Amino acid sequence: MALPKAKEDALQARLAGLPALSGKGWLAAARGEALARLDAMGLPVRRDEYWRYTDPASLNAPEAPVAHRFDASDEAPPFDGMDRLKVVFVDGVFDPKASDDLTLAGVTIERLAEAGSKDIHWAQGTYGILEARGQTPVARPFAALNTAHATDGVLIHVTARAAKPVSLIYVHQSETSDAILHHCVKLDPGAELTLLENGPAAARFSKVLEVEVADGARFHHIRLQGRDHERRAVTHVFARLGTRSEMRSFTLTANGRLTRNEAVVELTGTEGRAHLAGAAVGDGEFHHDDTVFITHAAEACESRQVFKKVLMNGATGVFQGKILVKPGAQKTDGYQISQSLLLDEDSQFLAKPELEIYADDVKCSHGSTSGAIDETALFYLQSRGLPRRTAQALLVLAFLAEAIQEIADEDIAEDIRARLERWLARHGTKG
Amino acid sequence: MTAILETTPDLREGVDRETIETVQAMAGKYKYGWETEIETEYAPKGLSEDIVRLISQKNGEPEWLLNWRLAAYQRWLKMEEPRWAMLNYPEIDYQDQYYYAKPKSMAQKPKSLDEVDPKLLATYAKLGIPLKEQMLLAGVEGEAEPRKVAVDAVFDSVSVGTTFKAELAKAGVIFCSISEAVREHPELVKQYLGSVVPPTDNFFATLNSAVFSDGSFVYVPPGVRCPMELSTYFRINAENTGQFERTLIVCDEGAYVSYLEGCTAPKRDTHQLHAAVVEIVILKDAEVKYSTVQNWYPGDENGKGGIFNFVTKRADCRGDRAKVMWTQVETGSAITWKYPSCILRGDDAQGEFYSIAIANNAQQADTGTKMVHLGKRTKSRIVSKGISAGRAQNTYRGLVSMHPKAKDSRNYTQCDSLLIGDKCGAHTVPYIEVRNNSSRVEHEATTSKVDDDQLFYCRSRGMDEEEAVALVVNGFCKEVLQALPMEFAMEAQSLVAISLEGSVG
Repeated sequence: MALPKAKEDALQARLAGLPALSGKGWLAAARGEALARLDAMGLPVRRDEYWRYTDPASLNAPEAPVAHRFDASDEAPPFDGMDRLKVVFVDGVFDPKASDDLTLAGVTIERLAEAGSKDIHWAQGTYGILEARGQTPVARPFAALNTAHATDGVLIHVTARAAKPVSLIYVHQSETSDAILHHCVKLDPGAELTLLENGPAAARFSKVLEVEVADGARFHHIRLQGRDHERRAVTHVFARLGTRSEMRSFTLTANGRLTRNEAVVELTGTEGRAHLAGAAVGDGEFHHDDTVFITHAAEACESRQVFKKVLMNGATGVFQGKILVKPGAQKTDGYQISQSLLLDEDSQFLAKPELEIYADDVKCSHGSTSGAIDETALFYLQSRGLPRRTAQALLVLAFLAEAIQEIADEDIAEDIRARLERWLARHGTKG
Repeated sequence: MTAILETTPDLREGVDRETIETVQAMAGKYKYGWETEIETEYAPKGLSEDIVRLISQKNGEPEWLLNWRLAAYQRWLKMEEPRWAMLNYPEIDYQDQYYYAKPKSMAQKPKSLDEVDPKLLATYAKLGIPLKEQMLLAGVEGEAEPRKVAVDAVFDSVSVGTTFKAELAKAGVIFCSISEAVREHPELVKQYLGSVVPPTDNFFATLNSAVFSDGSFVYVPPGVRCPMELSTYFRINAENTGQFERTLIVCDEGAYVSYLEGCTAPKRDTHQLHAAVVEIVILKDAEVKYSTVQNWYPGDENGKGGIFNFVTKRADCRGDRAKVMWTQVETGSAITWKYPSCILRGDDAQGEFYSIAIANNAQQADTGTKMVHLGKRTKSRIVSKGISAGRAQNTYRGLVSMHPKAKDSRNYTQCDSLLIGDKCGAHTVPYIEVRNNSSRVEHEATTSKVDDDQLFYCRSRGMDEEEAVALVVNGFCKEVLQALPMEFAMEAQSLVAISLEGSVG
């Protein structure tokens, strides 16, 4: 079928603002294939089923819309004081001076740009490969665009238990920076890694993270998207999980003009386990979209999706989640919950929680709720002497608790709780 | 804030493979698969402006309605058939259908039921739909005060008769075929036709607007509680013929009506198209209950033949405190594409949707509802039970939309799916749009299989496998079955059992 003109035009306009592809080696080949995929799908338009609740215009635009820097120095940077290996990107460009030495026991870390020119590399089996798999049944054009035009990123190969977490730090400096980062993580059988990500990254940020979790491996992922920042971001996580492997991912988003976080997870071995969680708080001009697609392709796997949003002063929250249980994926345990707390009249929540099930011996459920804060609970707390604002913050934190509980590391969970508490103290509804 | 209402059904381990074996042939079990041999007059095959004119002329329609049809036809030519539903069916050749078929004996419109061709009367009698007045639907015999049900019987493209018209007229209720209403009550038809489902609404509704041949019309005047249940029985008989009926129900202020709809068709190897439109207008303080038992021929076990059912049903609660309740039992059709909707426009309006959708063998169903909350303090409730067996695909697709002005509104949605066998699919695609914070929306969905412990218990009590499954499934559907009028509840219960015959090994 011919590509609708609007999608074709959007793509051509966007590509015109990007450098032409060149170079040799495996990476150039992967980029070329991604470009071919992208040509076939074009860029998204509002009429697309998976963009009906999020306007892709600012992501499609040839130039990144301006975003001012935000000074978040009133609180300690996330993961401060943790023993971790820091990899710093400034406006999407690796900063070797600010980064630690990239050697770590049990892990090899390479820059995409350097590894890409080699003839043979392990990342050939991952880079763009998981992204391509994730393009059906739902097209994810920004991911293909990223694969084709990523300017930097890291390739992380984990062969054993990583000695310490790898921490990717994204610094934003230029008001019009347009960053495209692409990372690959490969965990060998039985390996384990904690990947931390934080920072606003750029005025517009596109990021793809492809993760191959081999049998028995464990991948922990904790991400804090730059607080109170004006950025536009579209991020993708593509993960493939083997037998008895585990993935846990948690994302905290506190403001941001437009954030679209997609996660595409495929459980391909028996007894795999994928937990994805997100807590988002938005005040005012905030549009946050979690789009999650979990495929159960093997027996006896477990997946959990826990996404909570607190919205105020006209903020918009979107959740599009899907559990697909393929034929034969018996004994699947799939759980999905998406909830929004709307703190005022102007905020809105748009959700599409889907189930698609082709096996009968499964336990799948989803729930989605939306509503205002419970006035009775608020009244009760006030009657106990708590100021209204404090009472409200307490109830909001209680509401977000289920998502935060998905973080295995207690110290990080506690730190995130404290950050949310401070954020809620700074932001409130009018009147 | 609302509590988490998600629940997980009690699922027990230890599957007895034999109990969920693949589905056997259901062919031969469709009770209504026979054909009435009757001389039929067809319009030429295919669709064109001339056919639209012909249908209009056959119905003796005024100019405005012909123009309305022609505008719809022109519009339809430019539209694309929607393919977003999770349905897989071959390309429909819209030129390879008859758009108008009527029994020759209906050439002269019978003045009363006594004049109707006995063959037609016998057809309906065989279907269990007595067209003689005073007769009762199955299941209610022996009641001290016999319950009356008025029936409008639609055979292929025409209405063959409507019972109890005189008695209804005494109460001021108009119940007749829509072609008759166009002639007798043009002002009402003109005012309301297309006001809920405009001719431009969607591909199939637009097609229907161009070629609808007949259907039922109901008007209940202010303050009147319709003295009996009204019902329409649709029968497709002729081969290669599409049925395009249009139902318009207007329930004036403070009035009440309960309306039942049933449908069957003969077994044929070719697919037949059914594209109906139902429009319901509900004014202040009025209430309409609309119940459907859809039992079109589902095709054989390999998906050969069967009705393609593309239906647009919508109720507009225009006045404050208007209330509508949709109840549907969808057991037939090869393809079901149907989303009865509620526009809750008036303040405190209420919409309810209760659905059982059963798909067996090669059937595919994509059905659900839309609840559009516009008025303040509007309430809606959705209870959907989907059952898949054989190689069938069953999808719940629904929308709950809370507009910014629909303050303090409430929705509760529950979608449960039951899978029998490992070759079928059950899917849930809800859209939830909440644009104000004083409204509460809760959605929950579960998917599970027939509980082996329950089956075992029934078996230990001496039931055979099929009876046991029927009982368990009826239990699963209980909340919906209870919402049906009694006459239909009986029929629906046995239909649930029949539809699943052969689905256990």
